[in-house]
Amino acid sequence: MKKKGLSMKQKQSTAGWMFLVPAIILICCFSLYPALSAFITSLKTGTGTNLTFTGLTNYIRAFQDDVFVQSLKNCFFYLIIQVPVMLVMALILATLLNNPKLKFRGFFRTAIFLPCATSLVAYAIIFRSLFATDGFINSVLLKMGILSEAYNFLGNPLSAKIVIIIALVWRWTGYNMVFYLAGLQNIDYSVYEAAKIDGASPIQTFFRITVPLLKPTILMTAIMSTNGTLQLFDESMNLTNGGPGNASITMSHYIYNMAFKGVPNFGYTSAMSFIILILVAILAFVQKKVGEDNDQ
Amino acid sequence: MTSKPKLVFMYLFLSIVSLISIFPLAWMVIAATNKSIDVIAGKLTFGTNLVENYKNLIGQQPLWGNFWNSCKYTILVTVFALIISSLAGYGFEIYRGKAKERLYSVVLMSMMIPFVALMVPLFRMYSKLGLLNTVLGFMLPSLATPLLIMMFRTNAKAFPVDIIEAARIDGTTEFGIFFKIYIPSMKAIFAAAGVITFMNAWNNYLWAKVIMSDNTTQTMPMLISNLTSGYKTDYGMLMLAVFITTIPTAVVFFALQKYFVEGITGSVK
Repeated sequence: MKKKGLSMKQKQSTAGWMFLVPAIILICCFSLYPALSAFITSLKTGTGTNLTFTGLTNYIRAFQDDVFVQSLKNCFFYLIIQVPVMLVMALILATLLNNPKLKFRGFFRTAIFLPCATSLVAYAIIFRSLFATDGFINSVLLKMGILSEAYNFLGNPLSAKIVIIIALVWRWTGYNMVFYLAGLQNIDYSVYEAAKIDGASPIQTFFRITVPLLKPTILMTAIMSTNGTLQLFDESMNLTNGGPGNASITMSHYIYNMAFKGVPNFGYTSAMSFIILILVAILAFVQKKVGEDNDQ
Repeated sequence: MTSKPKLVFMYLFLSIVSLISIFPLAWMVIAATNKSIDVIAGKLTFGTNLVENYKNLIGQQPLWGNFWNSCKYTILVTVFALIISSLAGYGFEIYRGKAKERLYSVVLMSMMIPFVALMVPLFRMYSKLGLLNTVLGFMLPSLATPLLIMMFRTNAKAFPVDIIEAARIDGTTEFGIFFKIYIPSMKAIFAAAGVITFMNAWNNYLWAKVIMSDNTTQTMPMLISNLTSGYKTDYGMLMLAVFITTIPTAVVFFALQKYFVEGITGSVK
């Protein structure tokens, strides 16, 4: 009897592996193997497929490459400004929309969430058109007399980056708000009402109740946004085309250009992509640590 | 009690944010019906140039061919990704074991690999295997996503063990339990996972750009991106194309908003 039970267990374990086989094969072939191969390639130099081992040369080259350093700075510029602005906005909106007495709640929520329905390339092109020299924003500013001649938003290094940030905030605030709304639903609304009776101001309630209770969610959205920002591609490509010059180019965009435009240098592009991987890992680790330390 | 000015301020704030959220999309729809020159002039009312914009667009670009490509890739990716990832998520949760847990942490780790790191090796592999410009090639890297596997695993925790045991006693095979009992009872999670997979596949631009070099295999995001590369932009035509690209995701958004929300929040629980 015991023996039979064991063979049942074994049978089940084998069946269990069968469930995993397709996914594991796919992840190995299309994620782990290429990642490993990229790492090995990153230690080699040469053009096309004619590569020789040169150790860390490519990594050193990346930090001496003005455009790569610029793209790294740009990604951090987007990260440092856009992520906090967006997450704070999302948090405030979620707090307001969590009030069950609010009228038109469904409408506001759908409207603010709506940008998530647009594809990344589509919204990048919409913003590019809105902020073009002959675009809608310029025509309004001219009509109102704020500008005397059209301003080339996408032609100035700083304003081009700011337009990207505005677009990103527009596209992703509602997305993050949804996480906070889901998190807030786990907090009984009576907690807020009790706080109100005790005379807590809305700002006190926000910092003393909402933020601490949502901390795991906030941490998670921060990690996701950081990861996304370091990998930005569609916006840089379609909104500013990295320009003017390379003033707004992102790391992924630069890697794409180096890999698929002109003579490819796969060793170098692989090294740059590994720098992104390392950054993603470090930042996720730091944010997790910060999140845990605050708990104690 | 919230004071009146505060209340007014709150509604005003929410209305402004809502307006900003809706405006670019409304502008896109309106621009699609106008002449480029009117769009530039800042016209905000519907025009009569829709048919003309449409004729220009299909004259210049393989619009419906590309639209069909996007639909085909997206639907195939969604169907297969759901099957493969749900099998894995269920497998990890129901048939636990030390080796499987270790494997699961590798799966989670692979989430950190940025796509740009995979793009070049995959491209080289594809040119050797003849997978460039193929539907299969587009699909393969998106079928087993760690995020979906995680989502299905979390969800499978709620699936009662008693049901599995009872079915085993009845002689149902392990796969039989999965397909005949698990899937039909977990429709909500499949809808949620399906919506986010659909959105991601439709929006997948970089990967399509890397492997689809032929304009008969390219996707809608690539088509609209190409439209902006000319010297002078025809805004009416461009916004019509952007609008058409947005329709499928917008339909999914409005029809399945509840599942979409569950999908994005559920995937990271």
